Amino acid sequence: MFGNLTHLALQQYWFIIVSLLGAILVFLFFVQGGQTFLSRIGKSESERTILVNTLGRKWEFTFTTLVTFGGAFFASFPLFYATSFGGAYWVWMAILFAFVIQAVSYEFRTKAGNFLGKRTYESFLFINGLVGTLFVGVALATFFSGSPFTLDEMNGVHWATGAHGLEAVLSLFNLSLGLAVFFLARVLGLLYFMNTIDNANILARSRKELLYNSIPFVFFFLVFAVQLMLREGFAVHPETGKISMEPYKYLHNLLAMPVVLGMFLAGVLAVLGGILLSLLRETSAGIWFSGPGTIMVVFSLFLLAGLNNTAFYPSTYDLQSSLTIQNASSSHYTLVAMSWISLFIPLVLAYIVFAWRALNKKKIDEKEMEEEPHVY
Amino acid sequence: MLESIDMSLVDWSRGQFALTAMFHWIFVPLTLGLSFLVAFMHTIYVRTGDPEWKRITKFWMKLFGINFAIGVSTGIILEFEFGTNWSNYSWFVGDIFGAPLAVEAILAFFLESTFIAIMFFGWNKVSKRFHLAASWLTAFGASLSAVWILVANAWMQHPVGTLFNPDLARNEMTSFSEVIFSQVAVNKFLHTISSSFLLASIFVIAISAWFLLRKREVLFAKRSTLIASVFGLITAIATIGTGDTSARIVARNQPMKFASMEALYEGQTHAPLVAIGAMRTDSTSYDNPQEEFIFKFEIPNALSYMVFLTPSGFVPGITDLVYGNKERGILSYEEKVKRGAVAIQTLRELKRAKERGDEVLYSALKEKFSDPVWLDTYFSNFGYGYYKDRKLTELIPNVKLSFYTFHVMVILGMHFLILSGIVLWLSLMNRWGKHKWLLWVALITLPLPWIASQAGWVLAEMGRQPWVVYELMPTLSAVSRLKPGAVQLTFWIFLATFTALFIAEIKILTTQIKKGPGGK
Ligand code: HDD
Ligand code: HEM
Ligand code: HEM
Repeated sequence: MFGNLTHLALQQYWFIIVSLLGAILVFLFFVQGGQTFLSRIGKSESERTILVNTLGRKWEFTFTTLVTFGGAFFASFPLFYATSFGGAYWVWMAILFAFVIQAVSYEFRTKAGNFLGKRTYESFLFINGLVGTLFVGVALATFFSGSPFTLDEMNGVHWATGAHGLEAVLSLFNLSLGLAVFFLARVLGLLYFMNTIDNANILARSRKELLYNSIPFVFFFLVFAVQLMLREGFAVHPETGKISMEPYKYLHNLLAMPVVLGMFLAGVLAVLGGILLSLLRETSAGIWFSGPGTIMVVFSLFLLAGLNNTAFYPSTYDLQSSLTIQNASSSHYTLVAMSWISLFIPLVLAYIVFAWRALNKKKIDEKEMEEEPHVY
Repeated sequence: MLESIDMSLVDWSRGQFALTAMFHWIFVPLTLGLSFLVAFMHTIYVRTGDPEWKRITKFWMKLFGINFAIGVSTGIILEFEFGTNWSNYSWFVGDIFGAPLAVEAILAFFLESTFIAIMFFGWNKVSKRFHLAASWLTAFGASLSAVWILVANAWMQHPVGTLFNPDLARNEMTSFSEVIFSQVAVNKFLHTISSSFLLASIFVIAISAWFLLRKREVLFAKRSTLIASVFGLITAIATIGTGDTSARIVARNQPMKFASMEALYEGQTHAPLVAIGAMRTDSTSYDNPQEEFIFKFEIPNALSYMVFLTPSGFVPGITDLVYGNKERGILSYEEKVKRGAVAIQTLRELKRAKERGDEVLYSALKEKFSDPVWLDTYFSNFGYGYYKDRKLTELIPNVKLSFYTFHVMVILGMHFLILSGIVLWLSLMNRWGKHKWLLWVALITLPLPWIASQAGWVLAEMGRQPWVVYELMPTLSAVSRLKPGAVQLTFWIFLATFTALFIAEIKILTTQIKKGPGGK
């Protein structure tokens, strides 16, 4: 089946899978967003325990999706993996560090003899929520704004700035996406609380915070989206592979791929709809709109960056070093082998859904925290 | 090609990788082994319905959870470190290496984390049988994730199933099954997994011995010990068997590593095996071999026999490998460096021909990269070409380290075998716990499997130096071009964080253990 596909078709297939993983990752950042509210919404110890445990049952998914995203990128576009990770060293190190301290925090927070104290682990969770989302947003923005690198004859990476990636934070464009992702994660976190927790105080505070956080989210997202539509982009000549700058490239991509356009618009509407619904009505269903909406928007952003003859990891320093899905990918053989394995993904997803249904039959409340033998 | 690589950058990058990998490896083997022990105990509970077995299961499961969390948090760095610190390597081998890593994440990690959620949260929420299934699947999931990373590591030790693509300057996979089922990969998996099971068995035996010494929770401790000693004895035998095969495979594929494991300088037939020895600390020169040992206890002929199953087998020494040995058909490193340089030069010319648009020269050169004779003569020594203007001694791994790590592992392996045998025997006689000094031996053994396990990795990885990908890519060309100061800074940050997390982990574990199975 996959063996008959052209190399280009496989490259597109894998770019789509990786994009989808990236999109799911941003949706799952609701865990990170929620972590930034522990002390703002959890006023009492028992409320905080509920919050931590509500998030604690999902953090592994975000974490594992990040790992899978990295692994799938490595396997399908190894030159991207080598270039971005080896070049933008500090950005990725900051992200990794934020995740190292997250994983232990849930398990260790309330354990006796935990050495650093409960508050330290809670601040680890906060740092994870802030740094993880902000920097991933910034890194994603460089797919459009480019990075300063060159590749040598052995395809070795040379970064042109000593800041090794931190220079990206100084760009307003990059920062606007970073902040949009951060506030979006917070919004999703709130919607998730409203959906799963049965506690009047938490519900009321979440609704209030929702308003304060959706305004900056919408603002930064608009700033980003408008700039994106107006900026020039990195076009690839389909025959020669030469890279050149094209005005309004991303707007052109959007118009050239109606499916992506439709998905983008539907996604934006769904995200906003979920927020409005939750602000105006007594409902716990907001996450079911804003969550899938987030996936659609981020998915279409990735596709804008890489499909339709676009360089998805452009170099501002040496245009011809820019990475495209064609020059950065694995061999035909490897992509075919990987594609067979990708068929397992739906199976894995189905299993996860099944398992969580069994565990999450009812909402989380204080009573459960007292009875449940395994609490964080 | 290697303009001006700063050796301190290489050293710091190695240091950082070694730090993070070895730290990850403190927790991984316990996760791998303890998950199976928990599954055994859980099965007995479901079968018998005896609440004591439920307490036993829950106690070890709790320790498993604490350990698992820190294993996960340290694993993520390793996965991304290939990109951040070994980016040239990531491109050179990404076509092969990325695939197992991705499979691991897609198939193993997701399943593992879902099963674990059920295992921990499922006590009152899902049916007993589904819950038990989750415990088993967690155990298999953990071992499944080990398969893939070990496949990747085995490929670096012994690259098979690939072909070099000169246009892109990288290796490309030609056979997934050759990569997965290479003898090195299969054996590496078996040895790693069995040694991890052994490690967890010793852990359970030692902790239980502590309870017995305290005369607390005697039933709990005896039952735990029985399970662990059965598992421990079986896996000790398996560890030693697969370790022996490992050594034989190393002898065949990586003679330099093998020679330094045995500190064998002059190759010989009827080579003896050094069972125990101490090496001089001051002599480091490989052309002065006689003085290396202060004392040694040798078993005559054993080394030749072990490798070739006949005492007249010739085991090449370090000197043979460096200077070559015509009689035995061993190429000198000088010759290998020359040939490697030819391969590198050919690659360069090919690139230039392509840039100039010289089609004729380009296709002539390209043909070489698919000619088996040329590949075997020249390309197979590609990595040596990087050592053209460097000292040949750089091609020798650290002999003392290889020697000691290997021997520590073997001696401890024997110790674990004997100990778990005795524990099992006495447990079956219902006399385990009667001899206090034996309980103390078991307790003192607690850290030793970690020492053996870390020693194994140090041997496998440091003994492979200077290669990242054996004979194709030297460590110094794999590294990301960063400022040494940057890597140094992250090294210290990781060290500080890890130290804090390690203290926390140990304190939490000891607190939980002291509380015993009765505590919440
Ligand atoms: C023989 C087994 C083995 C080996 C050699 C390694 N690991 Fe590991 N790893 C595991 C066995 C394991 C495990 C048992 O599956 C872990 C440990 C604790 C855990 O939660 O899963 C794990 C966790 C773990 C995680 C977190 C997974 C999650 O999200 O749940 C990552 C990203 C890695 N590892 C990556 C690596 C890399 C890049 C390695 C190579 C240098 C590596 N591991 C060596
Ligand atoms: C848990 C599994 C592993 C452990 C415990 C481990 C351990 C080590 C150790 C002790 C070193 C020595 C560092 C030094 O030379 O100073 C090392 C180096 C290294 N290992 Fe591994 N290793 C593991 C798996 C892997 C795997 C799967 C890879 C695959 C890429 C790998 C790649 C490297 C690299 C690139 C280096 C640095 C170069 C070097 O110094 O050898 N390791 N590792
Ligand atoms: C008689 C006993 C043993 C022998 C002969 C033996 C032999 C070996 C050899 C030759 C290697 C290097 C493989 C390579 O470089 O590719 C190795 C690696 C290793 N050993 Fe052992 N070993 C023994 C016991 C143990 C014990 C008791 C443990 C731990 C409890 C252990 C854990 C490891 C680990 C984790 C590795 C690294 C993974 C690998 O390369 O397979 N070994 N062993």
